[in-house]
Amino acid sequence: MIDSNAALTASDLIQQLILRPGPTLSQVVGPALKAYVMGHGGFSEAGYHALVAFLCANAMAGFVTVTALVLTLAERKVAAFFQNRKGPNRVGPWGLLQPIADVLKLLQKEDIVPRAADKPVFLLAPFVGMIATYMVLAIIPFDKGLAVTDLNIGVLYITAVSGLGVLSILMAGWSSANKYSMLGGLRSAAQIVSYELSPALVVLSVVLFTGTLSVQAIVEKQGQGWNLWAMGPMGVVGLLIYLVAGTAEINRAPFDLPEAESELVAGYHTEYSGMRFSMFQLAEFMNMFIIAALTATLFLGGWQPLAIAGHRLLETVGPDPLDPAKTVVLFAIPGYVYFFVKTALVVFVIMWFRWTFPRVRVDQLMKLEWKILLPLSFVNLIAVALWAAAGFGK
Amino acid sequence: MPMNQTPQSKDALKTEEYWINMGPQHPSTHGVLRLVMKLDGETVLQIVPHLGYIHRSIERMCEWDTYPQLIHFTDRMDYLSAMMTNWAYVQSVEKSLGVVVPERAEYIRVMVAELNRLSSHTMWFGAYCMDLGAATAFFYGFREREMVVDLFEALCGQRLTYNYMRIGGVAKDLTEDFVPRVKAICETIKRAVDEYKALVSGNVIFQQRTKGIGILTPEAAISYGCSGPVLRGSGVKFDLRKDEPYSVYPRLDFDVPTGAAGDCWDRYQVRIEEMLQSVRILEQCINQLPGGAVQADVKAVRPAKGEYYARLETARGDMGVYFVSQGAAKPYRMKFRTACFNNLACLPEIGVGWKVADVVSILGSLDVVIPDIDR
Repeated sequence: MIDSNAALTASDLIQQLILRPGPTLSQVVGPALKAYVMGHGGFSEAGYHALVAFLCANAMAGFVTVTALVLTLAERKVAAFFQNRKGPNRVGPWGLLQPIADVLKLLQKEDIVPRAADKPVFLLAPFVGMIATYMVLAIIPFDKGLAVTDLNIGVLYITAVSGLGVLSILMAGWSSANKYSMLGGLRSAAQIVSYELSPALVVLSVVLFTGTLSVQAIVEKQGQGWNLWAMGPMGVVGLLIYLVAGTAEINRAPFDLPEAESELVAGYHTEYSGMRFSMFQLAEFMNMFIIAALTATLFLGGWQPLAIAGHRLLETVGPDPLDPAKTVVLFAIPGYVYFFVKTALVVFVIMWFRWTFPRVRVDQLMKLEWKILLPLSFVNLIAVALWAAAGFGK
Repeated sequence: MPMNQTPQSKDALKTEEYWINMGPQHPSTHGVLRLVMKLDGETVLQIVPHLGYIHRSIERMCEWDTYPQLIHFTDRMDYLSAMMTNWAYVQSVEKSLGVVVPERAEYIRVMVAELNRLSSHTMWFGAYCMDLGAATAFFYGFREREMVVDLFEALCGQRLTYNYMRIGGVAKDLTEDFVPRVKAICETIKRAVDEYKALVSGNVIFQQRTKGIGILTPEAAISYGCSGPVLRGSGVKFDLRKDEPYSVYPRLDFDVPTGAAGDCWDRYQVRIEEMLQSVRILEQCINQLPGGAVQADVKAVRPAKGEYYARLETARGDMGVYFVSQGAAKPYRMKFRTACFNNLACLPEIGVGWKVADVVSILGSLDVVIPDIDR
């Protein structure tokens, strides 16, 4: 395959990998790898796919670890600046090596399992949380064609899988043999299950407007205008509902009752120490990243540049470097940069919520969902249906 | 339930009440307080406070020291209003001796007491908001408190346990930069209170967590002996600085803020407004500050045989010092009537029926300092 692209030099390849990783990986690197592995390595077709899956899993694991570590530092710095102080700045410039110091510290801790705890459940709980997180990350598109996989029922898959996190919290709370943990776990279960509904309805409204369940297609369609304004006022309302309910779904303040320090010490993860505790933390930060990524994907155009009513910023149309016969859109800024900037902005907003607002009480939390957000999302859905039927945004 | 009886829908699901222990080591109990609560789900059915975890026998230790020597004990009870507690004690001794305190010393006492009230209320504000989850407000409260505490460090060398009052006056005169710094603090507090109102009071979540929660009726407040912002939050306009004035308070012009409903919100509002009133008092004191000595010439401190009592208004309420003298240099019996003891007493009544999270809110709004209760 490489031979047919004889004009493609190594520096060209790297440049294309940086600017358009999706098409480059699927049209150049993938076939080249396949040819090498099946030809020289003697793999079968299934073996090649298994190898690709293995590489993707590793890449995702690496990405998750690095992102979660960076987010822990970001949280501390953002919190510090809100609180009129500087945050970690001793370990490395601007505290950049602080996450590494934290990891090393947690690795050294004694792994305490309470004697009365239900051991298998106790040991398994953090990993179940991580599994749910990884599963959702698999279909988020970071750039055109750059996702671990693209299901044509992507949105349905997300809604189904994001509820698995509650299992981990329930397991942790129940198996800790501690009244406080149990209280935290039960509160959290009620909270997450309730707050599945509004985001699902809001996402349904986006699906209704776009006409497809596939996440990639939703992002592609936003090339003519982000959903935030293409859906009219319902886009704004939908974004707000999704952001609020998403924050509640990931147990972050102002909805962090399950881990309310001033009431329950540490809630469902009171009895965890060392690396097990850090798995919960990683899962929490990655969930925050996922909600932010989904908000960016569904409403802010994902990897698309700024687009309003058909006008797009900062791009040109020209011959495809990989296949000069075709004409494609060439971005001046790679799509994943847009994606990460948008996600980072939403992550910042979520952190902003945490360090500004007091905590909501559990019954007020339930009231907010069932009496306010859910009816609002129904109304939003109907309004989007009428909007789409009237022909706007087509 | 017997098998032949049809269970009613309410009793069909068997639930159990359970006891939970909040404290003594707990981020929200403001000290070592153990609250044993009976819960039905999230609802509190009964609260039993267990005290004594920081009982240090201060009243007994006071019997071993001479009157001037035991001023430092009073710092360590309600350590957030240490100046005022110092003052309550020396006031009772001065009453017993008939000492006339110089005017400059009286003004200095009022100034440091109001500054102490400011530092106590800003710290309470920070701690209360942090209990409710707004961690950032904690740092904002402490930023203002730091100004006052730094000023006290320059004045008497201590940031928390001042030991500044003496029988007959104060320990030492003001530093040269004291008055300009107090002016700066007044300006800062006025701006800070606006910031607190914008950030916290105006926040819907905060209002939902405090309005209508933990209602203390005026009758209950009076019957439990509550005082300070807890009493005034219930609508009873009683402030010792106005109703039984001492020192130079009669010459100063200030209001006494009260609440209407007696919920956590009202107690919060009373303290915020009290900060502004303290600023008013400070500004007047700066203008009226005379020169002169800061300590009266007191020879031997041997109160005549008898019982003496004096009270004043600390940041938390009515602080009374009662002692029995047998004519010796050391007291026969020293008793401190502290505001927090009575303020906490109403918790088992007003905390019942609310959720666990509300108990935290109610306890925070009562503003109890546990060493003040246990002594």
